[in-house]
Amino acid sequence: MSTTTVKASRLDFRSRGFDFVSFAFTSLTGLATLFILGVLAIIIANVVWHGWSTFSWRFLTGSADQDMFDVNKAGVLPMVIGTALRVLVMTVFVVPVGVITAVYLTEYAQSTALTTRIIRGAVNNLAGVPSIVFGLFGLGFFISFIGRGIDGGAPEPHWGKPAILWASLTLSVMTLPLVIVATEESLRAITPGLREASLALGATKLETIIKIVVPEALPGILTGGILAVGRAGGEVAPILFTGAAYYMRDLPHSLTDQFMDLGYHVFILSTQSPDIEKTRPILFATVLALLLLTLSLNLVAVIVRARVRKKMRAGH
Amino acid sequence: MTNAPHTAKRTVGWMGIHRGHKARPAEWLAEKLIFLVSLTAILMVFLIFVFVAREALPLVFGQMNSAAARPVIPAKEMGKLKPDELRDYLALTPEEFKRLDKEALTALMEVREEEGKEAPKDKDATVNTTEWKYLFAPHEWSDSRPEDRYVWQPIGRIHKYNLWPLIIGSLKTTIVALLFSVPLALAAAIYVSQLCRPSLKEWLKPAIELLSGVPSVVLGFFGLMVMATFLQGVLGYQSRLNAFVAGIALGLAVIPVVFSIAEDALTSVPRSYTQAALALGASKWQAAWQIVLPAAAPGVFAAVVLGFGRAIGETMVVLMASGNASIMSFSLFDSTRSITATIAAELAEAVFGGHHYRMLFLIGAMLFIVTFLTNLAGDLIMHRLKGRLEGKAK
Repeated sequence: MSTTTVKASRLDFRSRGFDFVSFAFTSLTGLATLFILGVLAIIIANVVWHGWSTFSWRFLTGSADQDMFDVNKAGVLPMVIGTALRVLVMTVFVVPVGVITAVYLTEYAQSTALTTRIIRGAVNNLAGVPSIVFGLFGLGFFISFIGRGIDGGAPEPHWGKPAILWASLTLSVMTLPLVIVATEESLRAITPGLREASLALGATKLETIIKIVVPEALPGILTGGILAVGRAGGEVAPILFTGAAYYMRDLPHSLTDQFMDLGYHVFILSTQSPDIEKTRPILFATVLALLLLTLSLNLVAVIVRARVRKKMRAGH
Repeated sequence: MTNAPHTAKRTVGWMGIHRGHKARPAEWLAEKLIFLVSLTAILMVFLIFVFVAREALPLVFGQMNSAAARPVIPAKEMGKLKPDELRDYLALTPEEFKRLDKEALTALMEVREEEGKEAPKDKDATVNTTEWKYLFAPHEWSDSRPEDRYVWQPIGRIHKYNLWPLIIGSLKTTIVALLFSVPLALAAAIYVSQLCRPSLKEWLKPAIELLSGVPSVVLGFFGLMVMATFLQGVLGYQSRLNAFVAGIALGLAVIPVVFSIAEDALTSVPRSYTQAALALGASKWQAAWQIVLPAAAPGVFAAVVLGFGRAIGETMVVLMASGNASIMSFSLFDSTRSITATIAAELAEAVFGGHHYRMLFLIGAMLFIVTFLTNLAGDLIMHRLKGRLEGKAK
């Protein structure tokens, strides 16, 4: 595809008055951009429009123990708590591993070494594994292998069943690439001069990393964490078999309990509702809650990331 | 590499970890630990494959039998069987087998004999549907119309596991999604990276990437509740939920993936290329179309490949908007069911460790292999593109 194969006549760019073709295609690509943004706006507007009337403080803080299909009684507090819990536990696992991997990749690894290539390849690959395969993995590895392994054939499984812990671990494997990539970007944005100054003062490489580089990269690490939370908060497929419950009377008490989940609740309400017309307001309000959660997190991540990028340009 | 030494080898130790001339055991240990932790990603990809495939292995090696009626051995002939054969015949685990004495085993044999007498005698009953030929080749079942021969129907007396309806279903939704999303995403990528004002780009890029912040269950909900009705009103087809609706909704999930990779690739083409073209009198569009796009072509191709991987692996959108009927049909407007949706919908009902359970892990493993290869291809293409452009820029 090198440019030399293009016919010479096609590379004759001398102006022949108004260039209609260029104008048309510029407009077309602009329209495509506008169309995508339009669809995004329609989705958000539609959900806000239909969900706003039901979306209230009572709805957000109401429990589901009376009737989760009744507009006047249903609340989403158990789902909000369930989603928040699984995402928080996930963060505890994924952020340290992600940050350390990013530190290795930027500070220690030789970019041309085979090991580095394989790690990078694995990170990219992990980002593309289908979410349902993560669900199967969580069931096959965390629940069947580790959980039942801990139980050791006990008749009543304590670990070897769906639970918050297993759902969070599954999600942390899924979001690992997000954290690594975001952290790496911000580590690269730090000027080499900062590291060199620290080394010149006699600090060792590890001291430089812990005391200078990582604190400096904190915004990027934060971005990674927020992106991971935003992504994991809306994912349903990986938790279908690893922890989400259709209905629970009580809130989860420990990490080995199952939980109700916002995204899963959206799925239940849209496909298994006893009366779709009656539950429609609850459905839209639940979607609104979910969208508020994920979009606001993404928005924050975008803003922090824009700052990191600006700093990077200023630094180099 | 920000601080890699220019005179390389001297300070480079094992696996690229730098070592000073004074030994610092704590630091050395910490560096080794950092290296080990960074291998987690590799380990995870490996574990995912191993543990998804592990559950499917008995199927691959033909150790499962789904036949409703199995050949019966009279209880009197128990003595003729070897212990292993007997254990296999009674479908016991080694521990259970050890615990039972001869009397209990005889009783079990008799139960099996009784069951055998009551078992159905038709020709389907003896078929082990988990054999490879039933997964891919058509078969004429006695309980359905003679022409209905590719069937995925893991319920009832005979679980039918033909994979073609699912594969066709996945491909149908994926193709619709790609046809819808790739032109849009590429056009937007060209516009945002090459044609619009830089100040506008600062807004457009994050705005489009915000689409990736919409969870797939919300896109599925939108397809199911809003788009399905709208599209049916416009196009007037029969079944409200079908491959077409699911494909369009799926396209919305693919757009951000294709857009950000393609935009990255286009932006990574050195500015000097564009500037040279503009200096020769080209319009911005001509420079973008004839100079930048060919230079970034591998990256754009990688974007499409990775978009395909995303589309075929997406679950919730297809599960909610495709109608979920596993019909063997090539029409876009028939209700359809994909591989991912099948796993999501059926795993909860499948008996743990049974053939249905293992079959779902098998198609999951197949899906993993497909996306693994597409990701690998995309990654290699992007890597080569980066090398090429960096080489040219210098």
